[in-house]
Amino acid sequence: MSTVTNQTPAFAIRDLAVYFGLTKAIRNISIDVAAKAVTAIIGPSGCGKSTFLRSLNRMHELVPEARMTGDIRLFGDDIYARNIDPVVVRRRVGMVFQKPNPFPTMSIAENVTVGLQLNGVRDSSLLAEKMEQALSMAALWDEVKDRLHAPAISLSGGQQQRLCIARALIMQPEVLLMDEPASALDPIATAKIEDLIVELKKDYTIVIVTHNMQQAARISDTTAFFYMGELVEFGATAKMFTSPSKKQTEDYVTGRFG
Amino acid sequence: MANLNQHNMNSTNHSWRNFKNGVMQTLTFVCAILVITPLVLVFYHLLWQGFTSINLDFFTQLPKPTGETGGGIGNAIVGTFVLLGEAALLGVPVGVLGGVYLSEYGTTKLNWWIRFTADILNGVPSITWGIVVYALLVVPMHGFSALAGGVVLGMMMIPLVMRTTEEILQLVPNGYREAALALGVVKWRTIVQIVIPAALKGIITCVLLALARIAGETAPLMFTALGNQYWSQKLTDPMAALPLQIFNYAISPYDDWHRQAWAGALILLLLVLSINVGVRFLTRDRSRQRNN
Repeated sequence: MSTVTNQTPAFAIRDLAVYFGLTKAIRNISIDVAAKAVTAIIGPSGCGKSTFLRSLNRMHELVPEARMTGDIRLFGDDIYARNIDPVVVRRRVGMVFQKPNPFPTMSIAENVTVGLQLNGVRDSSLLAEKMEQALSMAALWDEVKDRLHAPAISLSGGQQQRLCIARALIMQPEVLLMDEPASALDPIATAKIEDLIVELKKDYTIVIVTHNMQQAARISDTTAFFYMGELVEFGATAKMFTSPSKKQTEDYVTGRFG
Repeated sequence: MANLNQHNMNSTNHSWRNFKNGVMQTLTFVCAILVITPLVLVFYHLLWQGFTSINLDFFTQLPKPTGETGGGIGNAIVGTFVLLGEAALLGVPVGVLGGVYLSEYGTTKLNWWIRFTADILNGVPSITWGIVVYALLVVPMHGFSALAGGVVLGMMMIPLVMRTTEEILQLVPNGYREAALALGVVKWRTIVQIVIPAALKGIITCVLLALARIAGETAPLMFTALGNQYWSQKLTDPMAALPLQIFNYAISPYDDWHRQAWAGALILLLLVLSINVGVRFLTRDRSRQRNN
């Protein structure tokens, strides 16, 4: 991997369009996602936020009739190049989903280490060390260190989501994508996830989709506002929420539509 | 509202309605009882006619020659388990992997055809399966064999196991597949180590139900395993099986064999029943976990 300065964008996205069959879900979007910062994607339901996020680790390809045009570079590497396997992209770009989805048949410990194990890591002391690191980073270690072998589904919703974050972090991804990671959680659990995101941005690039305007304002450095598959406005969060340049953005962030 | 109530209170109308309701309730109740009556009848008959013939010899001894009383059907009991084992060896991997293909890989169009074919196969009469395997295996191998018996039962299992496995796998939430794929886990590993374990209990249930379904098949075995009065030594020899033994004894002219046929039927029923109870136990356990 090339040396990365704070100036190199994590993602350089040019003319991205995503189609599902004949429907154009993303319409020619070009933005740079800053490294070691939080970028929030906001917009009303169905505006293409999730599709955009999923095109960043090629998860949208799970839909059979999906296709894309344009160019996405992850720290300079074309992630859609012909010789690039989506599996490799997904190891570099982790993802956390809306609904906490720890594997139901596995313990807390197994859930965290599963990514490494399924990629061939067998050394148990290394796994234990990486697991503790990941759980600590996800601010969950103290809560679960005494019951690492309990079933993951015995945790609360908020803990499960932090477990899923730990599961993604253990792969040491360069970017973490989060698709409304707190929308299924109560306010206290949400606050913990938000604190965690702010903490994580020291080491990681985070792209987060959120429906919650206050959340975007609180935790993100840059915000992109999507509407009907198009990028309406993209800029520093502080500016987007105080003096947006587009009327549509202002209407949306002030709650007048969407 | 008051008007309606008054209308209801109208005596003749009210009692006529009550009467109709009573008729309907009685009719459905009688039908519900009729549903469980056969099981009671079957059990009563089997127990009454067969219970006296069940002793240790019945499970361990070979059938006695014509004219002698006593003996057992140990070879048929073992034969049934061997045939079920063979059938599982063929039917479980092919059926489960076929179901995995339908659920995890297949394209809509191809899946439609595979499902359609499997559903037709599920409806093929068992005697037809018997004739086909007779032509495909018994004739070329110049003889009836346990192998052919296992193959025919296994072939009958495949579409059953495949369709039910597919349905069970579809119940696994997509979030688990996505979570694994997003970790950079390749698809086959995701399926083998995430999706299948999450559905394992359901898949075992499907397999057990399919085994229970084919355990009592008689017609296809007449063309393949044939039956055997002795212990089979090789899979290429004819092999005894409970349904065949019951059939042969039941059509014989001897009272003692009739009693043994009843007893054999009782054992077969208990085998199928215990599989079903096992399935109940498995599925109940699963729903309890889900509630927690």
